[in-house]
Amino acid sequence: MKQHTILRVAAGKLLIPYILLFAFYVQFHGDFGPGGGFQAGVIYASGIVLYALIFGLKNAMRVVPPIFVETMIALGVLVYAGVGVACMLFGGNFLAYNALSPAHPIHGQHLGLLLIELGVGITVSHAMIAIFYALASRGRR
Amino acid sequence: MLFLGEHAHVLILALLVATAVLIVRMRSLWPAVMLTGIFSLLGATWMLWLDAPDVAFTEAAVGAGLSTVLMLGTLALVGGESVQPSRKRPITALVVVTLTGMVLVYGTLDMPHYGDPGAPIHVHPDPSYLETTPKEIDVPNIVTGVLGSYRGYDTFGETVVVFTAAVTVLMLLRRREDDEVVEVFDDEENEA
Repeated sequence: MKQHTILRVAAGKLLIPYILLFAFYVQFHGDFGPGGGFQAGVIYASGIVLYALIFGLKNAMRVVPPIFVETMIALGVLVYAGVGVACMLFGGNFLAYNALSPAHPIHGQHLGLLLIELGVGITVSHAMIAIFYALASRGRR
Repeated sequence: MLFLGEHAHVLILALLVATAVLIVRMRSLWPAVMLTGIFSLLGATWMLWLDAPDVAFTEAAVGAGLSTVLMLGTLALVGGESVQPSRKRPITALVVVTLTGMVLVYGTLDMPHYGDPGAPIHVHPDPSYLETTPKEIDVPNIVTGVLGSYRGYDTFGETVVVFTAAVTVLMLLRRREDDEVVEVFDDEENEA
């Protein structure tokens, strides 16, 4: 039984950092390679869920507290909408990123894409974690 | 699987069908859930084979990873045995399923062949996305350019859908603040 736990913990410590790192790679490299906010979000969430399965839900909730998770779900949408509103403040249309950098419209596009993908990633990853937390904490004594 | 060439499709699809049949015939739900994970992993492999790595990522992480965990959590709450099916042989159901299947197969006859350059998806709305994306947005991944910029509204809507889904699930399943956290996946080994 004891060896069982050691094996799980060792495998988790080996895998989880790389899963999270890969999520960030997919997130910020989405303009250049396959992937983007949604894919990065679910990969990140699966890393956290793996942590919860191996080290226990209570420890996971200490690393990523539920209140933080629930705030981040809304924050992602806010980031996305905020980029749209920022475009309007700079004199463009909602989500028309060219306005973010009038001298170099392509830079504006790059910045806009980076930020909205970040918003998608934040919302998706924390939505998945929140759903997992909600289900996994309803055990019966 | 390179040595298999075009036949890899047949192999993966045959494995998918075999897994699906196994899942249907299984009365114990724990192995059935594990098999749905394998089904998703095979699906992800197939997506990768079809040059859709974005979809393959999602299928592997959501289908094989997260939803399997959620299903196992549900089984831990509700128990893992399905009800024994009745001994009656429902002829009507067989007829309905066969007819529906035939209609679906008939429907696929109108679909374009795999990789057909004249398929509607390649000529409609029009191929200019491929020409204008490098000029106007200048990102190598045109999928990101189209989804994030040309269709930024749609993607915003999708993000709001994910947000709404999460809020709805939390309203239904979330513990009250003062309730104790009781772990579904807990066991003696975990506490050690």
